[in-house]
Amino acid sequence: MIKRLLAVWHARNLEFLRDRPTLLFTLLLPLGIVIAMGFVFGGPPRPLFKVGLLGTGAGSAHHPFLHERYVQFVPVQDEAAGLYEVTHQRIDLLLDLTGAARYWVNTDSPKGYIVEKLLIASDPGARRLPVTGQAVPYVSWLFPGVLAMNMMFSCLFGVGYVVLRYRKSGFLKRLHATPLSAFEFLTAQVLSRLSLIIFVTAVLYAGIGAIIHFHSAGSFALLLLIAVIGSLSMIALGLTVAARFASEEVVGGLLNLLTWPMMLLSGVWFSIEGSPRWVQWVADIFPLTQVIDAARAVMLDGAGIQRITPNLIYLAVTTLVFLAFGAWSFRWRID
Amino acid sequence: MPESANLEVHNLVKQYPAVTAVDGVSFAVPEGICFGLLGPNGAGKTTTIEIMEGILPPTSGEVRYRGEPLGPRFREEAGILFQKTALQEFLTVRQSVALFRGLYRHGLNVDEVLNLCALDKLAGRDNRKLSGGQQQRLLLAIALVNDPKVLFLDEPTTGLDPQARRNFWELVESIKARRKTIILTTHYMEEAQLLCEQIAIMDRGRIIAQGPPQRLLREHFAEVLLELPRQEFPEVARRLPLKLIDASDRVEISTDDLDGTLRTLMEARVPLRNLRIRPANLEDLFLELTGKELRA
Repeated sequence: MIKRLLAVWHARNLEFLRDRPTLLFTLLLPLGIVIAMGFVFGGPPRPLFKVGLLGTGAGSAHHPFLHERYVQFVPVQDEAAGLYEVTHQRIDLLLDLTGAARYWVNTDSPKGYIVEKLLIASDPGARRLPVTGQAVPYVSWLFPGVLAMNMMFSCLFGVGYVVLRYRKSGFLKRLHATPLSAFEFLTAQVLSRLSLIIFVTAVLYAGIGAIIHFHSAGSFALLLLIAVIGSLSMIALGLTVAARFASEEVVGGLLNLLTWPMMLLSGVWFSIEGSPRWVQWVADIFPLTQVIDAARAVMLDGAGIQRITPNLIYLAVTTLVFLAFGAWSFRWRID
Repeated sequence: MPESANLEVHNLVKQYPAVTAVDGVSFAVPEGICFGLLGPNGAGKTTTIEIMEGILPPTSGEVRYRGEPLGPRFREEAGILFQKTALQEFLTVRQSVALFRGLYRHGLNVDEVLNLCALDKLAGRDNRKLSGGQQQRLLLAIALVNDPKVLFLDEPTTGLDPQARRNFWELVESIKARRKTIILTTHYMEEAQLLCEQIAIMDRGRIIAQGPPQRLLREHFAEVLLELPRQEFPEVARRLPLKLIDASDRVEISTDDLDGTLRTLMEARVPLRNLRIRPANLEDLFLELTGKELRA
């Protein structure tokens, strides 16, 4: 028995070690993730409190509160935007230094309570303007991200592996012998996957939404638009990966290489606002970031079409670019 | 090239980095016949037929269909059965045929094709649960779904048991009766002899003989072949004035004077208890032309 066991063990080890792409991805993927996470979450200790600041002129720079440690000061566009942030507990306090110092603090916010103590210690004369409002629960904040992530996996792996399987089995070669064009085939794949994803996402939205008692603040039509254009972009991305390769290892590796950074950096699980600027630029390139940003704006803030138009344009342009590249590089058969 | 040629192949060459798979092949396939491309594995048959199907680009040379380069008309009018084809999974036989029917503007209706290929009773079965012979019939049905004017069959009966092979031949005969042009590759000589009006024999990427099977046999062989086991054929008998052909396990003697040849063998005391007398076939022709057996 031991002899037979060793024979199979040895053969399987040889197979694994000689399958270079798989071996390479097995070694490099975790390494890459650790390095990437180090970049994203590394650096000096993060501030404990976030304070929105109105009036960042030279005169305000000498205010003693601005020199407190562990407080991050973020410029705020105007009072209305700042109030929105403080009532939704996205910032812990809003400070206005354009005239005599005044501040808004959310009386429902524990962190607001503490950071207010720090402010009063450095400027006892600052005028207090209390507001109330609950933070968006994490589960509600997470919901759009999880739906979008599910879409991403379905788009990339669902299309990428299916086309690869068709090519390897010779089914694509058989289709090539008919009047069907590459464009027709790819379009049919896109539409088929799109309808499935929209159906599944709608079911998940209704099901999970009912369980967590989630109600979208914005329009369902806009959410549908985001889901359709976002799915198109990610399906097209999956097709570019599957367009010419015939190896599961290579396609699997490339798909992992795309999905892992998107899953970590697109803000599915946590906001990457505090990470280095270049990380945010990289994240902005990913279609998933655009989908999540637009979906959260509509679902949590009730944003309208104007707010999400840049996201939609980006997704539409990437769809066309990915599809054009996919059609150009498409191979019906294994050479 | 003949005026009625349905397909013309002009000086086809297909080179791969390490090998020339097709080396200057030319022939014409007249309308309404079954044309066989014969040869052993690796002779270049599949490469030639895939270039003719428009699947593989040639390194040089040209294929013309009805006098024109292969184009959209050819795609509409050609039916193809590849040597190996997988179908989309989780589809029934009927759904598989309907999928391909949807890709053509004209053709037979699905029921007609199922009936033609004796698949009516299997219409609702998952295409993964078919036997080898049933699978080949389904692939043939898919190749016929556009009612093609030209049908390519690449080694259609390889791997089938003898009964399934005979059933498939009957099916091809019924398609021939519809005046389709058929291009068939095979390494079964019996298949080619039964189905093909014309053949081209390929070896190492080249055509080494071409024409109607009976004419080729008449040209290369006398009336009959005598077969004797190699181990029973004495070395001294090789000096007799006979036309000998060496096969792996036997010695063949080609003759048009059966009585005289038998007399010569008996006088030379060659044991004749395992002697077999038969007409020459394409297998013998290949052996004669190349000095090697077809299935070697």
